[in-house]
Amino acid sequence: MTALLALEAVEKHFPVVEGVLRPRVVGHVRAVDGVSLALNPGETLGLVGESGCGKSTVGRLALRLLAPTGGRVVLDGTDLAALAPAELRRLRQRMQIVFQDPMAALNPRMTVEEIILEPLHVQGRRDRQALRDRAAELMERVGLSPEHLRRHPHEFSGGQRQRIGIARALAPGPRLIVCDEAVSALDVSVQAQIVNLLAELQREFGLAYLFIGHDLAVVKHVSDRIAVMYLGQIVEIATKAELFARTLHPYTRALVAAIPVAHPRLRRPRARLTGDVPSAMAPPPGCRFHPRCPHAEARCSAEAPALRPVLPGHAVACHFAERFLPSPPRPNP
Amino acid sequence: MTALVLRQGLLGPTARRLLRHPSFVLGAVLFGTVVVLALAAPWVTEVGPNRMAVRLRFQPPGEMFLLGSDNLGRSMWSRVVWGARLSLLIGAWVVALNAVFGILLGLLAGYFPRLDGPLMRLADALMAFPAVLLAIGIAAALGPSVTTVIIALAVVYIPRTARILRASVLVVRELDFVQAARAAGATDGRILRRHILPNCMAPLIVQLSFVFAYAILSEAVLSFLGLGAAPTEPSWGILIAEGRSYIREAWWLTFMPGAAIAVAVLGLNLLGDGLRDVLDPRLTVERT
Repeated sequence: MTALLALEAVEKHFPVVEGVLRPRVVGHVRAVDGVSLALNPGETLGLVGESGCGKSTVGRLALRLLAPTGGRVVLDGTDLAALAPAELRRLRQRMQIVFQDPMAALNPRMTVEEIILEPLHVQGRRDRQALRDRAAELMERVGLSPEHLRRHPHEFSGGQRQRIGIARALAPGPRLIVCDEAVSALDVSVQAQIVNLLAELQREFGLAYLFIGHDLAVVKHVSDRIAVMYLGQIVEIATKAELFARTLHPYTRALVAAIPVAHPRLRRPRARLTGDVPSAMAPPPGCRFHPRCPHAEARCSAEAPALRPVLPGHAVACHFAERFLPSPPRPNP
Repeated sequence: MTALVLRQGLLGPTARRLLRHPSFVLGAVLFGTVVVLALAAPWVTEVGPNRMAVRLRFQPPGEMFLLGSDNLGRSMWSRVVWGARLSLLIGAWVVALNAVFGILLGLLAGYFPRLDGPLMRLADALMAFPAVLLAIGIAAALGPSVTTVIIALAVVYIPRTARILRASVLVVRELDFVQAARAAGATDGRILRRHILPNCMAPLIVQLSFVFAYAILSEAVLSFLGLGAAPTEPSWGILIAEGRSYIREAWWLTFMPGAAIAVAVLGLNLLGDGLRDVLDPRLTVERT
């Protein structure tokens, strides 16, 4: 199957400028440092990691809201960097985004109809009746009343606003939606509704999701495959079942152990992480995780581990991944 | 009751909150009175502003002349009311130029990082001079006329307006709905017009109300110094300048136009305070 979206060794380094009179670049924040991903049509790829690990930057790079400083982003076989601005604008119909904060994601000065139809307006659609019908259809599809099209965002609840954001993303008929912490700001009950809505829409329209989140439990629920990011790099990527059956990277193990388990008998001893995330301006040499890794050895601080396939459909960036292989299958809560 | 229902139906929540804000209402009444009198000048004055009655010079305020008469026997009431026209006209022009160029430069500087440095350094350079001193310099260089005053005051206040708008743009352009518009394929022009500017209007409106007040005040200063309108066209500043020589004998020659300036400026400032409280409670006092 050819990938819908492919990130090939994508880098995003933000220059850090100091000095007022003679500004000069004193370093780079390596927000994303050599990330390769492939997303198949109709698939959900979860992207997890703690705050500041670069997962949202990956989402923005995938949509070319940011230009990568290295590597390529390829959508449907088209290198996004090679497109003229007008061509890129047309291609944007195929890829959309849903944001975390439903308050900031909708322009408070526009009506819901204007918001939902904007992706069509900017593509030059002017057939008013057809657009109005489309807006009503989208409202119904995301579970809102078409009568509310004339209202403004502040008249809706957080969950309803998120539905409006989803309707806007659906409007141009995309094949890929980047969900950037799309449910993180919502109450748990509303979270479940939105997750279910996203799943329904995926089945109905064959959408592919790049689902970015910091809550491994939610990401686990929605994803087919999961990629774990640490300090700008992917440390482990596998199908969901595989990742939870055989968690190979020490960082992923710590994340998995941090998922709360309701049943007392199923509780495991926590592998707590100590220390803070190092600065993305000066990442540690060798494996970026080694200063916090309970299993680190001399080699880890000298040599950066490559992301390599250890099992079919399961790649890990750890020198000693094989050591964790014989771990017994974990109970699946 | 019907009136209340009507009012609630016709006006948005913002307008209703404004009408309940005491300083906005007082400011609007004060400034509104000045504007109405200026517009109605031919009907609220019995004699023209330049109609002389030499035998009736230096009449104190009273029955004959409401606000007294000047050294040539001209009615101060008429002169103050007609003077309001020129002062307000100049203020309105300065506000209009401020709105146009302040929005343009503020949007450009806030949205395009490449233009931000050069534009803001230019603004810094202009803002390094005290406002009135810079206006005097520009007006002196261009020669005295009403147009000169308008240009000088616009140049003085545009950097301040642009800077305030730029600050809002810097905040708004990072919001997710701007990213969403970009992801949808919106052009920079559309993003600026539909998304950024409408969400930056509150501080801009407040700033423009203060610019109006400062323009009236500064116009008086420039005219007083002889850099403004010709003495045949009375503005408030000119009236004060003319009355200055007689300040010991006839205080009303300077006091009356001065009071008019005070009422107009006070009204605008109160109005601006009210707008600020209602439109944007987070905004701190940004007086220029």
